[in-house]
Amino acid sequence: MKDLHTKVISNQELAPGFFRMRVLAPGFGAQVRPGQFVMVRVREGATPFLRRPFGVFRTGFLPPECDGLPPKEYLEILYKVVGQGTALMAALHGGDPLQVLGPLGAGFDLPADGKELILVAGGIGVAPLFLLGQTLAPHRPVRLLLGARCRDEVLAVTEFERAGIETYVATDDGSLGEKGLVTQVLETCLKGSPSAVVAACGPISMLKETNRICSSYGVFLQVSLEALMGCGVGACLGCVVKGRGHTELAPRQLTVCEDGPVFRSDDIDWSQWP
Amino acid sequence: MKKKEAPGLGSERNPSAAGKIGAAPDLSVTIAGLKFRNPVMPASGTFGYGEEYAPLIDLEQIGAIVTKGLSLRPKAGNPTPRIAETVGGMLNAVGLQNVGVDAFIQEKLPFLCRIRTPVIVNFFGNTLEEYGEVAGRLADLEGVAAVECNISCPNVKQGGIVFGTDPRAAHSVVSLVRRRITKPLIVKLTPNITDITLIAQAVEEAGADAVSCINTLTGMAIDVFNRRPRLANITGGLSGPAIMPVALRMVYQVARQVRIPVIGIGGIAKAEDALQFLIAGASAVQVGSANFVDPQAMVSIVAGLDEFCRNQGINAVTELIGSLKTG
Repeated sequence: MKDLHTKVISNQELAPGFFRMRVLAPGFGAQVRPGQFVMVRVREGATPFLRRPFGVFRTGFLPPECDGLPPKEYLEILYKVVGQGTALMAALHGGDPLQVLGPLGAGFDLPADGKELILVAGGIGVAPLFLLGQTLAPHRPVRLLLGARCRDEVLAVTEFERAGIETYVATDDGSLGEKGLVTQVLETCLKGSPSAVVAACGPISMLKETNRICSSYGVFLQVSLEALMGCGVGACLGCVVKGRGHTELAPRQLTVCEDGPVFRSDDIDWSQWP
Repeated sequence: MKKKEAPGLGSERNPSAAGKIGAAPDLSVTIAGLKFRNPVMPASGTFGYGEEYAPLIDLEQIGAIVTKGLSLRPKAGNPTPRIAETVGGMLNAVGLQNVGVDAFIQEKLPFLCRIRTPVIVNFFGNTLEEYGEVAGRLADLEGVAAVECNISCPNVKQGGIVFGTDPRAAHSVVSLVRRRITKPLIVKLTPNITDITLIAQAVEEAGADAVSCINTLTGMAIDVFNRRPRLANITGGLSGPAIMPVALRMVYQVARQVRIPVIGIGGIAKAEDALQFLIAGASAVQVGSANFVDPQAMVSIVAGLDEFCRNQGINAVTELIGSLKTG
């Protein structure tokens, strides 16, 4: 875990309001585990005050330059412009300074049983699943089920396919792939072959339904949760969720930043979300 | 890690300085007989139990470690959302979630005992009796250098604010705690009151060794699209650079009214902020939500104080305390 004072390499708008930012990150790839995240400080000063959390999408090396130096390492995040912080990020260009704290939190930890891995993603929730798929695709079958509101918001399919991951798309309006919810696709998959493990990231409604389906088929599931965060290291307690077995007298609050963001689905009290 | 300069403070030198310019200054301060290597420490609730930040900051470069507030029993805290960003700061309504004093002693204190930095344990109670009970459990603990009694949390009905806004209630809770503990006792005050000096004087009279001020200012924020408060608790405590002028004014007022040391808190993010508090009368400072944004903030502030003293020919940081010139 380091606080890198680094630079933006590129910041590409993939679809209206959706960006992929590549940041110089020496030594980062060797440290990061799939599912971990970083806290980005867009600029110094009091506004915006807090950092913003983003799942690590991918790491890699820039093609070597003819300067005799070792190739430069980068990390990538995917983000959607939702407020002040991400709007400022969207305005950054290659060469602009940026502070990146990470890698943070607990990543995915799946049973090494060789079963097929099904990745279930909703919208921008696809981001932290790529590294997991890319890491495991050489060792076990991996499929991605990707849900989005419309065609424009279907992100990163090319990257997954290049990593040898078969991809199924569902959109709310049917503008790409199947019309409907990605969780319906998951249910169909599990009906056909219930011998699988699932990793999911997306809106809470999608995760809740994914949890319901996986538990009814007895399938192992890990979810990556999103939360408002203050610190990213377990200190401010702003991002807590209730763990299974939580009561007021014997509290079992889990921090999304430090205990998560990846949790076993049976470690979460799903009834906390209506 | 690049060493950051305190902006605007780095190169300016004082030609009429009393001390030798460039000499290593003494940054240490003493509060209630306890010596701190420098006057910079975290504010309770922004630094966990210390261990959370161990990978990111050298815990032996700061003046003290101040823990998250502890209660007699574990506390679940408030529902989420608990935090909301606002202009120049943030609101929080965590609601004093903590592991409880016994779990702290078992699970968190052993780590802190290995760090060569004084540990200040912050605590609170839901009732008068609980304040006494928690103080009793901390009284003889090795590894606890001092305690900070919180009578000022704005986010829970009991456990603070009711004791912190009435001079008589403040006096009785601090008297009770004082009888249970001989370790240095700091009392943390709320700014959500008309005249903070009345509470400061009451707790001084009740036997407090120091006061720390201020806790967060009560505030709120609303999402205009769904017309809901941005905190589940509706209101919360405002912290960050936005509150610094208010905090500074209160520290100035309190320092003039009490004889015990004052620890300044409120929006401190850089060395110049800390200097303002020292000059206003604070003997030490606590850095709060700035830790979230920049885990190196406290170390940068210590470096900035050192640099300022060198350039201004100040031999000891204590020369700055209460050195405000008026009139």
